[in-house]
Amino acid sequence: MKLSVRTLLKCSLSLLCGANAVSAAEVQVAVAANFTAPMQAIAAAFEEDTGHKAVVAFGATGKFYAQIKHGAPFEVFLAADDKTPAKLEAEGDVVPGTRFTYAIGTLVLWSAKASYVDAKGEVLKSGDFRHLSLANPKTAPYGAAAMAVLDKLGVTSSLQGRMVQGENITQAHQFIATGNAELGFVALSQVYKDGKLTSGSGWIVPADFHDPIRQDAVILTKGKNNPAAAALVAYLKEARAATIIRAYGYEL
Amino acid sequence: MIGEAEILLEMSECARTGVVTMNRAQEKGIHARFQVRYPGFALDVDLHLPGRGVTALFGHSGSGKTTCLRCVAGLEQAGIGLLEVNGECWQDSAAGVFVPTHKRPLGYVFQEASLFPHLSVRRNLEFGMKRVASSTRKVSWGQAVDLLGIGHLLERMPDNLSGGERQRVGMARALLTSPRLLLMDEPLAALDLKRKQEILPYLERLHDELDIPVLYVSHSPDEVARLADHVVLLDQGRVVAQGGLVETLARLDLPTAFTEDAGVVVEAVVGDHDDQYHLTRLDFEGGSVLVARRPEAFGQRLRFRVHARDVSLARVPAERSSITNVLSAVVMEVVDADTPAHVLVRLDASGTPLLARITRRSADQLAVSTGERLWAQIKTVALLG
Amino acid sequence: MGPLDHVDLAAIWLTLKLASVTTVLLLLIGTPIAWWLARTRSRLKGPIGAVVALPLVLPPTVLGFYLLVAMGPNGFVGQMTQSMGLGTLPFTFAGLVVASVFYSMPFVVQPLQNAFEAIGNRPMEAAATLRAGPWDTFFNVVLPLSKPGFVTAGILGFAHTVGEFGVVLMIGGNIPEKTRVVSVQIYDHVEAMEYTQAHWLSGGMLLFSFLVLLALYSSRLKQNWRG
Repeated sequence: MKLSVRTLLKCSLSLLCGANAVSAAEVQVAVAANFTAPMQAIAAAFEEDTGHKAVVAFGATGKFYAQIKHGAPFEVFLAADDKTPAKLEAEGDVVPGTRFTYAIGTLVLWSAKASYVDAKGEVLKSGDFRHLSLANPKTAPYGAAAMAVLDKLGVTSSLQGRMVQGENITQAHQFIATGNAELGFVALSQVYKDGKLTSGSGWIVPADFHDPIRQDAVILTKGKNNPAAAALVAYLKEARAATIIRAYGYEL
Repeated sequence: MIGEAEILLEMSECARTGVVTMNRAQEKGIHARFQVRYPGFALDVDLHLPGRGVTALFGHSGSGKTTCLRCVAGLEQAGIGLLEVNGECWQDSAAGVFVPTHKRPLGYVFQEASLFPHLSVRRNLEFGMKRVASSTRKVSWGQAVDLLGIGHLLERMPDNLSGGERQRVGMARALLTSPRLLLMDEPLAALDLKRKQEILPYLERLHDELDIPVLYVSHSPDEVARLADHVVLLDQGRVVAQGGLVETLARLDLPTAFTEDAGVVVEAVVGDHDDQYHLTRLDFEGGSVLVARRPEAFGQRLRFRVHARDVSLARVPAERSSITNVLSAVVMEVVDADTPAHVLVRLDASGTPLLARITRRSADQLAVSTGERLWAQIKTVALLG
Repeated sequence: MGPLDHVDLAAIWLTLKLASVTTVLLLLIGTPIAWWLARTRSRLKGPIGAVVALPLVLPPTVLGFYLLVAMGPNGFVGQMTQSMGLGTLPFTFAGLVVASVFYSMPFVVQPLQNAFEAIGNRPMEAAATLRAGPWDTFFNVVLPLSKPGFVTAGILGFAHTVGEFGVVLMIGGNIPEKTRVVSVQIYDHVEAMEYTQAHWLSGGMLLFSFLVLLALYSSRLKQNWRG
């Protein structure tokens, strides 16, 4: 297949102008890092089904909050928690009535090594690992949930010197994936696809070990008049999106 | 076994003589053989130099004289080299001997003094001196400071010295390492005429008062004539001539590059002063000349230079001529000069060589030929110092 | 100090410690590298100079990621440190020091290299003819003559290490008093929407950076006056 110069020119022109068709529109979306993989699949399906294009930025929820407060051009926000969207709503940065829970996160204690983590997470009490990785509990919901699990198991103080924190759940995963931490708490979506772990070994933490990790989405004030923004939020509630979300290990 | 023997024989003279260095310690002299090759330039010299007095490495820029000096100092390492100084082996590439610069007992005066800018004059002088064992110090602090007249500069920083002062400090700094060989790379070239005149007397005192052999690089015939005892003429990286100053400068077989300004140097002593006419008589082997009154005392040694272009020839001594200095001399050789209109005539004035540059026409009219005795009329002599 | 708690103060102290250790190490390691780069005619000069300069253009996260992989238990550095009984370097202060040395290397090597090149050969030749051996010459001629270069290198190395973020983020693990430096702490405050502390720390960094550069440029100005 050959791309002609003209096609390339057309493509870049349409990118520059930002709109390529009358009915199809673009929507700028800020998405929590843990939702990266499912969102990529959903964005593709969304464009296929509606013709609208979702331009997605992935990152930390706290960072997005600061950016949104300072005029970032996001129209839809898929947060990693329910607090941040609620705060934005209270502060009047959200189109009223659009907040909803698009996924409930599942925490997994994961190791890149096969059969390192047992089915009950006993390794936390007995293991001789040097580093346990988790997301910063102060800023990341998955980190807070991980701390709740450790508290419930009563191992928080015994593991104090061995915990290392990633700034977000992506980095927590990176520490484990590179072998620098033997195990750690990550989002199931990061290591799970089509109903099973993609690699390594893990203990899927039962939902009652911590407060549910509700991940809420909102349409931001900037997206008020963008039909694509409304379409995306509607699409997230449809069956095809739900299937994708579940396939990555989230609850609904 | 045969191969091994050959290798041993290949080991050059320096390494082998190294074994008998003790016996040869008295042997004065410098033997230097260097082959250095750079893009666009090659140096290939084999020098046998006296182990005392001033030897000038003389040639135009690009002739390789500075490279040669740097080889002696060990600042250039490339190529093949052999260097023996008064019986000591400093370098023998065939035997893998290379004494690094800082272990060679030499002094080096650079063209631009190269004082350490972060040290005062005093600390510059001390730099080399401190690094020489006190038992081997032959030049005292006072001697060096007085000889070069820098006592009043000691607390100054190099930035606050004139070019001439810097150069004198550089010389004193080199002397204070009590070198067994002093290398000077055009120490006057960066200075104007006035500064040169200021330094030359110091250099002469150095020559007269210290028994340190000096290798002196220069492209100035006057400097060479004034300071050198021995001269090596270099051209395009090769030695054109080497020998005593007087004999070498009087040679006629040198390339034209050296004959444009041909002339001889005469060593003389002050014979008499004539107060009435304000003249001084200088005596030398084979005659004497009268020059304007000199400040030097009776019996003092002086050098003067007679340019070939200032010497004319006559069959009979000119009467009623304004030319004072006329010497009887025998024609030794006649050769072509730098232009077709001239010839160079080498003469012997009872032991003192002279050169005359005359027109070919005059030579024919006078029928100048080898063995003839003529009168050499000297228009001017250039006194050196 | 105002709204800064002991965690913030610990981060400041750790940052200063990291920058000091890194700067000392960098001057020790950077000097021979800069010397070699300034003197060599080797063909390797280009490639080595480019490697040293890489952190100038590389995103710190790239450097951090490679260090994380290389120093991890399966990386070649990690294998080496483990076989030496040192364990692995990520999440340790020593690991941060190693990373900072790489990260700030060009800021130390380049001023030194410039200083050495500016000296030229002549002072060293002069020293050699005055019986000074190579080390003697280095300490008594080269070092004093390149003092301004060392001052610049030290200040830039220190300041740049203080400002390091991406690399620490990648290999630090945010452990209080071990790897939680000021820049990470600021990031955490922003993430946690604790803007007051973020402002205090950020303002402090800004002031510090300005003062460092002010000192540097003023001293350069003075040199120009003298020269």
